[in-house]
Amino acid sequence: MWQFFHKLGSPKWFFGIAARLMPWLLAGGILLLMAGIVWGLAFAPKDYLQGNSYRIIFIHVPTAFLAQSVYVMMAVAGVVTLVWRMKLADVFVKSVAPVGLVLTFLSLFTGAVWGKPTWGTWWVWDARLTSMLILLFLYGGVIALDRAINDEKSAARAVAVLVLVGVVNIPIIQYSVEWWNTLHQPSTFKLTEKPSMPAEMWVPLLLSVLGLYLLFGWLACLRMQTEILLREQRTRWVKDYVLAGRV
Amino acid sequence: MNADCRPALTLRQDTVGALAAMQTVFARDMKVAFRQRQDLLNPLLFFVMVVTLFPLGVSPEVSFLREAGAGILWVAALLSVLLSLDHLFRHDFDDGTLEQLVLQPQPLFLLVLAKTAAHWVLTGLPLVVLTPVLGVMVHLDGNSIGVLCLTLLIGTPVLSLIGSIGAALTLGLRSAGVLLSLLIIPLYIPVLIFGTGTVASAAEGAPAGAYLALMGAFLVLALTLAPFASAAALRISLFNG
Repeated sequence: MWQFFHKLGSPKWFFGIAARLMPWLLAGGILLLMAGIVWGLAFAPKDYLQGNSYRIIFIHVPTAFLAQSVYVMMAVAGVVTLVWRMKLADVFVKSVAPVGLVLTFLSLFTGAVWGKPTWGTWWVWDARLTSMLILLFLYGGVIALDRAINDEKSAARAVAVLVLVGVVNIPIIQYSVEWWNTLHQPSTFKLTEKPSMPAEMWVPLLLSVLGLYLLFGWLACLRMQTEILLREQRTRWVKDYVLAGRV
Repeated sequence: MNADCRPALTLRQDTVGALAAMQTVFARDMKVAFRQRQDLLNPLLFFVMVVTLFPLGVSPEVSFLREAGAGILWVAALLSVLLSLDHLFRHDFDDGTLEQLVLQPQPLFLLVLAKTAAHWVLTGLPLVVLTPVLGVMVHLDGNSIGVLCLTLLIGTPVLSLIGSIGAALTLGLRSAGVLLSLLIIPLYIPVLIFGTGTVASAAEGAPAGAYLALMGAFLVLALTLAPFASAAALRISLFNG
């Protein structure tokens, strides 16, 4: 167990593992996402109230799901950065923060597109929308702070502190805006209860959530590999790797 | 900066306990501030001017101002605290005092807490004192003004405490001011929501106790966690962690 943990600290080791994992992540991700979306868009039953417009849920929910869990993953990596000073953790935070930003934006955008036919407006100052907007700001702040600090190590640790402060704030933001104003429906999936929609609807939704997770894993590996190559460009193994013509 | 405005910080390690060190830091920050009084006035002037913009820019109608007044005052107070945060560590960073502070044997988070307390006394507290006057100008009734002052009294220390984390993180960076706002405003949102929510519910005649208790909870949370985060951030900004 500890050996694995120590190995995880080695960028070179991770680079190799990522290269082996990535084809599987990509294939699995595309397969599940395609299955979920085709099933959801073409074969799942119509909603009795919203008709076909509800089908955007098969894109909206996975992006929103990922947007939030990417932030939590970043917070875990932030703890690892601060406590164990593991290089890979901060490579992870730096690589996935822009992905999280884009996912948050996509979930807000698809939400707006869905809101227009359903609520009759692109935007409402509702709890869920507002807290996602704040999540977007938090991602923006993390990226801006990372770009502003030139020294790699202090950037990593400063960003870790910021991400952790943000994660303390996320439940507070969530509840404050919830008590303040609410229109959005409650979560689709809960750990403890059965989904409130029929299986023909939630199974494809679950497939596309899982597919997007795998695709995110692929993208994270890819971006982390790039970052590792940049940071380790002066080391022997990167030179050998590049000279072997594999980049 | 005029050098003799800024007395050196002396905390002898063998005799000075943590509490005495906090007192020293607090007293020094007060002394420095009162030797540069203009810096004290600026956030207050800013507060008054921002509040003035709303009746001029949106509507001077009594009904609008009574409805939006508490929110306007809260937003203006928030912005003026944000504006003053840059001073919290900047001058000490420039002349090396901050490095000395970090090197003291006393726990850094306590010294940061003392600095933040001084910052609140110098910016947050005067804003609270000024609020009744501005509250009358935006036609709030007496009860609302009282509750508003109370929420600002609990809320502005939270703003200073959260802000100290951002100020410590952006220390010594180019365009630190804008970056500081980007990092901190999202974290200020809950305080703003509950601050104005308290006044709104009090204006409808509902008891404000529950809201005030929640704001108190924010204060306790910020008081216990923020100094640690700022101390860690200061160490990162000064010595690469």
